[in-house]
This record gives sequence, structure tokens and C-alpha cells, in this order.
Amino acid sequence: MKRRRFHPLQIITYIAVWIPLAILLWDLTHDNLGADIIREATLRTGKTALALLVLSLACTPVSTILNYKPLLKLRRPLGLYSFMYASIHFAIFIGVDYFFDLTLIKGALLEKRFAIVGLTTGLILLVLAITSTQGWKRRLKKRCVQLHKLAYVAGFLATVHFVWLVKQGVVEPWIWMGVVLILLLARIPPVKKFTLAVRSRSAP
Amino acid sequence: MSKISPSEITPEHIYLSRRELLKSMGILTGGAALLAACNGNPPPMTLEPGPQGDPAADPVDPSASSNVDELGDPLNTFDDITNYNNYYEFTTDKIDVARLAEGYPISPWEIQVGGLVHNPTTFSLDDLRKFEIEERIYRMRCVEAWSMVIPWMGFPLSKMLAQVEPKAEAKYVRFETIHDTKGMPGFTKYPFYQWPYVEGLRMDEAMHDLTLISTGLYGKELLPQNGAPARLVVPWKYGFKSIKSIVKIDLVTEMPILLWMNAAPNEYGFYANVNPEVDHPRWSQGTERRIGELGRRETLMFNGYADEVAHLYSGMDLSINF
Ligand code: HEM
Repeated sequence: MKRRRFHPLQIITYIAVWIPLAILLWDLTHDNLGADIIREATLRTGKTALALLVLSLACTPVSTILNYKPLLKLRRPLGLYSFMYASIHFAIFIGVDYFFDLTLIKGALLEKRFAIVGLTTGLILLVLAITSTQGWKRRLKKRCVQLHKLAYVAGFLATVHFVWLVKQGVVEPWIWMGVVLILLLARIPPVKKFTLAVRSRSAP
Repeated sequence: MSKISPSEITPEHIYLSRRELLKSMGILTGGAALLAACNGNPPPMTLEPGPQGDPAADPVDPSASSNVDELGDPLNTFDDITNYNNYYEFTTDKIDVARLAEGYPISPWEIQVGGLVHNPTTFSLDDLRKFEIEERIYRMRCVEAWSMVIPWMGFPLSKMLAQVEPKAEAKYVRFETIHDTKGMPGFTKYPFYQWPYVEGLRMDEAMHDLTLISTGLYGKELLPQNGAPARLVVPWKYGFKSIKSIVKIDLVTEMPILLWMNAAPNEYGFYANVNPEVDHPRWSQGTERRIGELGRRETLMFNGYADEVAHLYSGMDLSINF
């Protein structure tokens, strides 16, 4: 059996993704989350899920621009940890914010568009997480690559969720949405061809 | 709407540990608390100076005449009330307002009351102190769907308006917050809002006994983050109606245009009455998170003050006049 070898970037990633959670737990135990602990924890886990998802989406275009293949290895862990933070985010919503009050939760999840979009995003991340395992990859073959283009849909929907729920700082969610759209644009064949052309011209 | 007691709605509420602290405080003030909660009209009081600039040197413990509101729900702590604030003139970050507002100069201060009045008056801090101060324990329900219970100190706005003698043509009251571009970073950080902060009430709302000009809370003078030296408190409306650090009050004939109506007319209306049946276009107003609790409470019509204020809106469609 072949031993798995990790690229240093992978090791850094696997460690770094735990930092936001560690800070959250530290602040939680040191009464550092302000008066509305539940909201602050919700916002932070949501923001981390979004940031990791965006980073995961950035891997391909950035590796194309820099001609640096190891970045591609980060797509999966970044995506998976985005799903982990989204799950914590969702768990806080269900278990702490609404304290498992099922009637209230049903309304809260299905009546407001920001929550419907959040839920959809979360479900896409769930499907992607499940199908990112070796077994599913083998079973789905080519279709797996196609399926995982849904990551862009998830990224975009996460920013829509953000735009619709934002209470203060109306600018920030639009910036995130802009970034996702730029990353999506970078994947469009003509744009990709253009980047490759520029890269080969500027290469020594 | 049938009347349900809040304890029936939320039997399983779990209070976080700071509640225990409150309870122990409650034991000390319990007797007096019950009395005051029942007659609702505690004797006139004076305010202790707030911990200006140096909270560590705070000479007085926060105190209130009761540890619960009239529905039996515990007060939020002084710490929560003074460290979780919406005050966009400083920042949109509720946790950071207290730090940025620390030491904000609130003396000297003047409130100009004018417009359609017989006796336009400028109130200094000393003038404000001449009003008889009472304690009012009110629920504060933010439009963002969280709430607190706060022991305000202050006097009814109606007493102030009586001094300036409104003319018969006056239909609305327009309030303005200080617009201090040097001391408040929010104006440059958020240039897309139409500053200064403007709020308004209909004349009958302004004259209602629940409508308070607050100059203190928990027995102390207000801190800048809570709208020192004087702010409005209208407990049956969403928190943003309770305008902070007032410098100007005008009586007018036309419904004033408010900052939030300007910013998002489809989301924020003139009345902004707490109403669980009329949702914010983007989120539900049916429930709220009481700061310090797990789980949600059902939001009460007019924030639980329906008996006192519902008649002001009889015959009005509250989903249009939101
Ligand atoms: C699974 C269903 C989801 C629900 C019910 C949900 C619910 C919420 C709620 C209640 C808030 C806080 C709103 C507030 O208090 O202002 C929030 C904020 C947020 N959520 Fe979600 N969410 C879900 C999924 C997601 C997913 C999958 C992502 C990202 C991948 C995400 C990203 C965010 C972001 C970025 C914020 C705002 C953070 C900030 O303002 O700093 N959410 N979400």
C-alpha cells in the first residue's frame, strides 16, 4: 500500500481551519462574545463557513494563474471544513437559538427566504461532502467533477443568504458576492484561456 | 388575539449563569421590588452620577427597585445593557459601541425644543435635572428580534412638552440626535445614511404616559452608549424609535421623514410598533431572543403594552402602517 504524502500546504490548512473554532471556544469560555452570545456564535460560524467555501473556490483559478498545482489539493479539505462550520452554524440555530422548538423551527426555516437559501446552501455542502469520498468518486466518475461544480452554486447562495439577513454593515455581503462572481468568471472557458495565454507570455 | 401569559408560552426557558447573579441581587431588593412593581409609581428619585470615563472606579452599584418586569421576567444586567448597543453614529458593531463611546463629552448639553410651540425652550442639563425622575422597567424589543428588560430612569415626554405649550396645529414630534462629525466615527464610516439620526412620533404617541425621556438606568445617569444625557424610550415600538442623545425636538404638522424610512422605506415605516403579525420583509417578528436566555420567546403585540396603547391605532391597518 502506498503511504499518503501530505504537501506542507495541506498540513497548514488542516491546522488553520481549526483556529476559528478554537477562538470561538476560548471567547465562549472567557465571556468574550458580548451580551448576545447566541447571535455572535451564529455570525462567526456562518462567516467562517463562507470564508472557507470561498477559499476552496479560489484554489482552481489561483493555481491556474500561478501555475501551482498543489493548491488543487486544498479544495477538498477547505470545502469539507466549510461544511463543518456550516453544520455548527445550523446546530446553534436549531439547538441553542430555537432550543429544539420544532414548531418554531419549521416556520423559521421555511418561511423566510434568507433561511431557505441558507438551508439550500447547507444541503449542497452536505451532498458535496458525502460525494467527495473515494468510493463515491469511483462510482460517479466524470459526473463527480460536474456535480462538484455545485460548489459555485453553494458559494453564490451563501452570499445571497448573507445579503438577505444582514442587519448592519450593508456593504460587506455584497463584497463577498462580488468575490464569488469573480471566481466564477475566472472558470468560464474564454476567461480561462485568456489567463493561460497571459501566463505563458509572462513566463520566462 | 387571546391573552396568554408569557410563562405559558415559554415554560422551558433556561437562564444562563448571569441570571443566578441577578437572583442573588434580587434577594436583597426583593421586598421593595414587589411593592414598586405593584403600584408602578415609585417615589421620586435622584440619579447617582454614572461611571464617567473610568468604569473601574465606579462608586455606586447599579440598583433597581425590582428585579423583574410586571410580567415577572428578570431584568437584564447593567453589564449587558451597557455593552450591547445599536448606535451607528459610533459603529454598527454592537459589542464595540461601549468602547468607542467611552468618555464621549455629554456636558455641557442643550436640547432645543421648538417648532409649533408657544414657548420655545432650550433645556440645559440642569433644566433636565429639575424634572421629577421616576423609574420605569420596560421591555426593549429591537427590530432585529432580540430584547432586554431595562430599568430606565426619566420623566414622561409629555411633561417636557407641556412646558413648551404645543400649538393646536402641531401633529407630529420630530427628534434629532447630535451630529458630531469629530467625536463620532460613524458619519464617515457609513456615509450612505442620511445623517443626522431623525425619529418621530405622532402627537398622541408623544403625549402618552409610557413615552419617556430617559436620563438614567439602574439608578445611574446614562452612559454615552445608551444615549446620554437624554434619550427617548417608547417601549411599545421597536428600539430604533427610541432615539439617543437628543439635541433637538420640533413640533411639526407633517409626518417627518426618518433616517430609517429614508434608508429602506419598504423595511422600516413611521410607526414601527412591535407587532408579531407583521414581519420584517426579510425576517420574522413572531419571536425574539431575550438576551441571556436560551431558546425563543413569542413576541407580544405592542411588546406587551397593548392594553395601554392599542387604542391609539384603532381602525388603522397595521400591515400598511408598519
Ligand atoms: C442550514 C441552514 C442555515 C440557517 C438556518 C442559517 C441561519 C443563519 C442565521 C439565523 C444567521 C444570523 C442572522 C442574524 O442574527 O443576523 C446567519 C448568518 C450567516 N450565515 Fe447562515 N444559516 C444557514 C446556513 C448557512 C450556510 C451554509 C452558510 C455558508 C456557507 C451560512 C453563512 C452565513 C453567514 C456568512 C452569515 C452572516 C455572518 C455575519 O453577519 O457576520 N449560513 N445564518
